[in-house]
Amino acid sequence: MTDAALPRRQPFALRFPSVMIFLAILALFTVGVTVLSEGFGMGVISTSFIKTLGKTLCLCLVALAMDLVWGYCGILSLGHMAFFGLGGYAIGMWLMYARTEIIVLESLSAAALPPTPQEVSDGIATQIFGVVGSSEFPPIWAFAYSLPLQLAAVVLVPGVLALIFGWLAFRSRVTGVYLSILTQAMTLALSLHLFQNDSGLRGNNGLSGLQNLPGLGETPQSIVSLWFFWASALALALGYLLCAWIVSGKFGSVIRAIRDDEARVRFLGYPVEAFKLVIFTLTAVIAGIAGALYYPQAGIVNPAEIAPIASIYLAVWVAIGGRGRLYGAVIGAAFVSLVSTWFTGGQAPDINLGFYTISWVDWWTVLLGLSFVGVTLFAPKGIGGLVDVLIDRKSPNRHGADLGPDHGALREQEADK
Amino acid sequence: MSTLLEVSGVSVSFDGFKAINNLSFQIAERELRAVIGPNGAGKTTFMDIITGKTKPDEGRVIYGDKSVSLLKMSESKIAQSGVGRKFQRPTVFEDQSVFDNLMMALKKTRGPLSVLFFKPAQKDNEKVADLAEQIGLSGALHRKSGELSHGQKQWLEIGMLLAQDPRLLLVDEPAAGMTPAEREHTTDILREAAKTRAVVVVEHDMEFVRRLNCKVTVLHEGSVLAEGSLDHVTKNEQVIEVYLGR
Repeated sequence: MTDAALPRRQPFALRFPSVMIFLAILALFTVGVTVLSEGFGMGVISTSFIKTLGKTLCLCLVALAMDLVWGYCGILSLGHMAFFGLGGYAIGMWLMYARTEIIVLESLSAAALPPTPQEVSDGIATQIFGVVGSSEFPPIWAFAYSLPLQLAAVVLVPGVLALIFGWLAFRSRVTGVYLSILTQAMTLALSLHLFQNDSGLRGNNGLSGLQNLPGLGETPQSIVSLWFFWASALALALGYLLCAWIVSGKFGSVIRAIRDDEARVRFLGYPVEAFKLVIFTLTAVIAGIAGALYYPQAGIVNPAEIAPIASIYLAVWVAIGGRGRLYGAVIGAAFVSLVSTWFTGGQAPDINLGFYTISWVDWWTVLLGLSFVGVTLFAPKGIGGLVDVLIDRKSPNRHGADLGPDHGALREQEADK
Repeated sequence: MSTLLEVSGVSVSFDGFKAINNLSFQIAERELRAVIGPNGAGKTTFMDIITGKTKPDEGRVIYGDKSVSLLKMSESKIAQSGVGRKFQRPTVFEDQSVFDNLMMALKKTRGPLSVLFFKPAQKDNEKVADLAEQIGLSGALHRKSGELSHGQKQWLEIGMLLAQDPRLLLVDEPAAGMTPAEREHTTDILREAAKTRAVVVVEHDMEFVRRLNCKVTVLHEGSVLAEGSLDHVTKNEQVIEVYLGR
C-alpha cells in the first residue's frame, strides 16, 4: 500500500477554495455597500436600494437551501418558498404586535385611569384585526408578544411542517415529478388557507408595516436598512459555510449518491428516507430564517408570497445559476432577482418596434421563461458554468448518458470530469 | 456448518405471471454457491426477494443466528444486517471518485447524524487503499468512477461490497463484459471472499461457474430444478433439456 495514494487531509479552506473566495467577495461587497450607503454618509446608494440588496442576499440564502435539496439531493421541491413565507409570518407577528402595543399604550395613556391588560390586549387586537372584521386574537397569536418565542417559531414552524410533510412523502417513496407536484399542492393549500380572513393572519392583507422596528421609531430607515443588510450578509455567510461543510463530507457523498441512484444507496444500507428527511427539514429551516430576514426589509408579507409560482421561480434561479454547486445558486438568485427588479421597476427602456412597443414590465416574465428554457437546453451548467471556462474544467464525455438512473441525476453536461 | 439463509416455499407473481414458484433454498456460512438458469428463470427476482426489493406473496426468508425474517425489513435494514448485493449492470456512483465510492461503502454506522459528523480515521483511509489494491484500482483512487472501463466498474462494485463486509454476498453476473484475464481475477476475488462469508453467484457463463468449483443450484421457471456439483447437475436429464440442451 502506498501512502501517496491516500488523500492528504488538508485544511477545509484549502480543499474548498471556492468557499473562501465566496466569503471574501461577500465581505468586500458588504463593506463596499455600507461605505456607499446613505446611512453612513456617502449617500451613493439609496436606502431603498440597500433594502433591495439586503433582500437579494436573503433570496441567495434560500436559493442555497434549494440547491442543497435539489442540486445535491435530487429532490425537486417546488414548495420551499412556503417555508420562506412562514419564516416571514413568524417574525412579522411579533413586529406587528409589539409596534401596535406601543401605539395602543400611547393612546390609552391619555385616559384618566391606567388601562387594564385586557383593555390593552383588546386595543391591539382591534388595531390589527380590524381590517378583517375581527377584534380578538386568534389562538396562533398566543406567543406574538414574545420576541424569543416568535424567533423560535421562525425555525420551528417551517421545520415541523417540513418534517411532517417529508416524513409522509418520503416514507411512501414518492419521488420525481410526483413529489414536485405534492410540494406544489402543499404551498398552494397553505397560501389558499392564508388568503382566508379567518385564517388568523389577516387574509389577503397579510402582515404589514414590518419595516418599523418596535421601540426604534426614532431610528431612520437608512440605518435600520443597513442593520438588516448586515444581518442578511451574515446569515448568507453562515448558511454558505454550513452548506459547504455538509456537502464536503461523507454526508454530501451520500446525498449526491441518492440524487443519482437512490436504490443503490439503499443496498449499501443507508436509510435513504431519513437522509432525505434531514435535508428537506434542514433546508426548510434555512428558508424560514431567510424569510424572517427578508420580510422586515420588504415591509409586508401576504399570502401571494407563498403562491406556487414563487417556489417555481426559486427553482428557476438555481437552474439559471447552475445547480449542484453552491455559488451557482447564489449567482443565479442574485442575478435573476436584480435583473428582475430592473426590468419590472420600469427602469429598462421599452423597445419600440413601430407596430408594437415591448414594455418590459409585461414582457420580463416571457424573457425569463425563454432564458430558463435556453439555459436548460443549451447551457445546463448555468451561469456557474462560466467559472469552469475560466479554470478550464471540462465535462466528461459520456455520449449523452446521465450520471445515474434517477430523475434528479446529474446530466452529462452538468458533471465535472 | 450452520445455515445462514433459509428461503422456504417462496412464491411471487407479477400480474399473474409466476416469477418464483414455491422456491426453497439454503446456504450455509462461508459457502460459495453458483445459481444458474435460463433467462426468465427467476434469478434476479430471487435476489430481489432476499434484499427486500420485492415482497413475496407467500413463503419465509430466515436469516442469521437469530433467525430473523427478512420479509419485514426495509432494504437498508437488510443491507445493514449483512446482506450485500452486486447488480448485473455495474452500479457505482459515477459522479464520485473511486475513493468516495469505497468510503461510502465502508462498514460504519449508517444513520444521517453519524454520517454527518463522520471523519475518516487513518485506518479507514488505509482500509480503502487496501481494497483499491485488491481490486486493482490503486492508481485510480481519485478518478471519477464514471471514467472507468466497464470491467473496472465491475471491480469497483465488488470492492464496495467487500468494504461493506457482508455475511452474505449476492453477486449477479459478475463476469459480464470482462476480458478473460479480468474474469480470472474476479473468480479469485470471489473464492477468497467465500472463505470468510457466504457468497451466491448468479452466472450464465458455464466456464466461469466451472472455475468457481462449488455447489450449483439450477433454477427453472421460478423453482429449483437440480442442486449439486456442476458435473452432477449437467448430467441431469431435465437440466439438459431446459437449459444446456438448447
